Amino acid sequence: MKLRRFKAIAVKEVLQIWRDPRSLMIALLLPFTQMFLFGYGVNLDLKHIPVCTFDREGSQLSQALLKHFQVSQYFAIVHNVNGYPEMVAAIDKADCGLGIVIPPDFSERLNDSGAASVQAILDGTDDNTANIAFGYAAAVVSGYSNDVQLSQLDRQGRTLQLIQPMVVQSRVWFNEDLESRNFIIPGLVAVIMALVGAQLTSLTISREWERGTMELLISTPVKPSEVMFGKLAPYLVLGWLDAAFCLAIAVLWFGVPYRGTIFALFLTTTLFLFVVLSIGYLLSVLIRSQVGASQIALVVTLLPTVLLSGYVFPIDQMPSFIQDVTYLIYSRYYVTILKAIFLKGAGILDLLTPILFLVAYTLAVVVLAARAFHKRLA
Amino acid sequence: MSGSAAADAQIVAEDLVKRFGSFVAVDHVNFRIGRGEVMGFLGPNGAGKSTIIRILCGLLRPSAGRVLVAGIDVARDPERVRERIGYMSQKFSLYRDLSVEENLRFFGGIYRVPRAEFPERMRFAIDMAGLRGREKALVATLAGGWQQRLALGCAVLHRPPILFLDEPTSGVEPTSRRRFWELIHTLAADGVTVLVSTHYMDEAEYCHRAALINQGRIIAIGSPDELKRTALGGELLLLECDALGPTLAALGQAPGVIDSSVFGNAIHVLVSDAEHSLAELPVYLEQKELRPSRLERIHASLEDVFVQLIAVDSAKRRVAA
Repeated sequence: MKLRRFKAIAVKEVLQIWRDPRSLMIALLLPFTQMFLFGYGVNLDLKHIPVCTFDREGSQLSQALLKHFQVSQYFAIVHNVNGYPEMVAAIDKADCGLGIVIPPDFSERLNDSGAASVQAILDGTDDNTANIAFGYAAAVVSGYSNDVQLSQLDRQGRTLQLIQPMVVQSRVWFNEDLESRNFIIPGLVAVIMALVGAQLTSLTISREWERGTMELLISTPVKPSEVMFGKLAPYLVLGWLDAAFCLAIAVLWFGVPYRGTIFALFLTTTLFLFVVLSIGYLLSVLIRSQVGASQIALVVTLLPTVLLSGYVFPIDQMPSFIQDVTYLIYSRYYVTILKAIFLKGAGILDLLTPILFLVAYTLAVVVLAARAFHKRLA
Repeated sequence: MSGSAAADAQIVAEDLVKRFGSFVAVDHVNFRIGRGEVMGFLGPNGAGKSTIIRILCGLLRPSAGRVLVAGIDVARDPERVRERIGYMSQKFSLYRDLSVEENLRFFGGIYRVPRAEFPERMRFAIDMAGLRGREKALVATLAGGWQQRLALGCAVLHRPPILFLDEPTSGVEPTSRRRFWELIHTLAADGVTVLVSTHYMDEAEYCHRAALINQGRIIAIGSPDELKRTALGGELLLLECDALGPTLAALGQAPGVIDSSVFGNAIHVLVSDAEHSLAELPVYLEQKELRPSRLERIHASLEDVFVQLIAVDSAKRRVAA
């Protein structure tokens, strides 16, 4: 490989990127739109679930229970109705996701037997939300029943605390507030890198074939490796830039904690970029059409990265066959690395295993891409 | 020229064959081109001219036969060949979204023109293309003639001893075409060997030697004068008449007639002796009650020769098939 020729190719590629608004748009605008789109759009946290209440008793106790719902950050009481038909209508219109019905004998039963039931009506069309809402509702009710028990004991003159033989006190590490955004956004960086990286390079060789410039280029003494690295270099720099954008948006805009070192991020991002850029390049060499190559690049990078990398959908909850498949998905390693660097502050040594996988992947794809290019017309 | 060509051949093709599937694009082609020679490849579109040039540049692998460029076997060591050639492909292949200067810098880098030499080479190329003052213009904005001259400039930037120009004047206006041929001759005078293809038959006159290619075969090769004198194997008469069919049939058995073919609404008659046939033919046809309205000798231009040769060759192949 001769430096002079590598430089000639790289400079030419930079000029072409600079003069082609399409490449520049992909490179610079896409990360922004994706970050904001996914950063805001993908939110797995449930807060302020709209609640419809039907208090059939209207006592002090029943109102106290509803107050517990009101103050919880998970719920927001939006309707107080006076009959089942109204409640059904509210749920049908999706005005609320949860209906709470307090029976007319609520206080009586609570005072007599110390056990009263409350009805929760859930909108099962979104079973995930319904499940979570039910869980939160149960927690609110059990909190209230603790209060009731305590106040009863208090009235009986027994200041003794409730006997709780065992208490689970959970403390969450790394994502203390259990903000889903904090683990989604680091993975999002991988999605954006995969998308942008392969898209850009998928155009680079096919463009030369389509415009007829390839015939002249391969009649020169230029080596396939000089073409490949000369073409990848500018996109690697663009990729670094994009990674920096993503990091800045994640930390400064979305407030995601970043506990790792920049060096760890730089090294692993470079490896990942080599993989996706080479995949795009390989497709460009094989397909020789800009549209075809970029379509396939989209399929082989974005889909597996979104679905199988563990970016949103946890790998250990997948069927075991699919779990095995994820080992083949290069983004899996990068997503693992990103989450660890962002949230745990992991260093290179902690991440040795996924980094080694990524290195192996990089070598394989780079070698494959370098070999696919032949200086022949047919 | 043909004498020195054999002694100092820069480009040699021996029994060259190229097949694409069952289609034979190049059919046992042989030629040698000497140093400083301008060789023209002429022939209709699809005759196989570009295919031969692409094989010589190492862009296509020959199916059989051997090609040597600068004494190097192209199939064995295409990279060493590529350092010694300049190539202009049929389709314009500079970067249209780059400026004149940026294109030259790119190819200067690719061919590793020594840095000390590069400014002078770039000036040479820009002057040759007549693009002084337009160095910063994007290539896409240049007219066809300028684009082609710039392409030639890029091809000679590294002083290659051998140039392959595939239809460099196609789609270029006549004055620019003439200027382009002057450039080719300037380069040849410096010892550059040039193989140039064209489908403008009149451009054969600009070449030291021309090869006429039809359906993958060389059907005539020689200097323009040689071709005009000998390629037809006789002298040409033009015959006009009302009854084309019967006349053509009658000419088939006529004495002294080598060949005859319909040419527009007339017949070209190839005879061994024009003087003789001008006197004899009317008599012979009169016996068959055929009276040509016009019969005269034509001094064939190269274009006539080629058109005649191609018509005869194509007809022969149809019969053979």
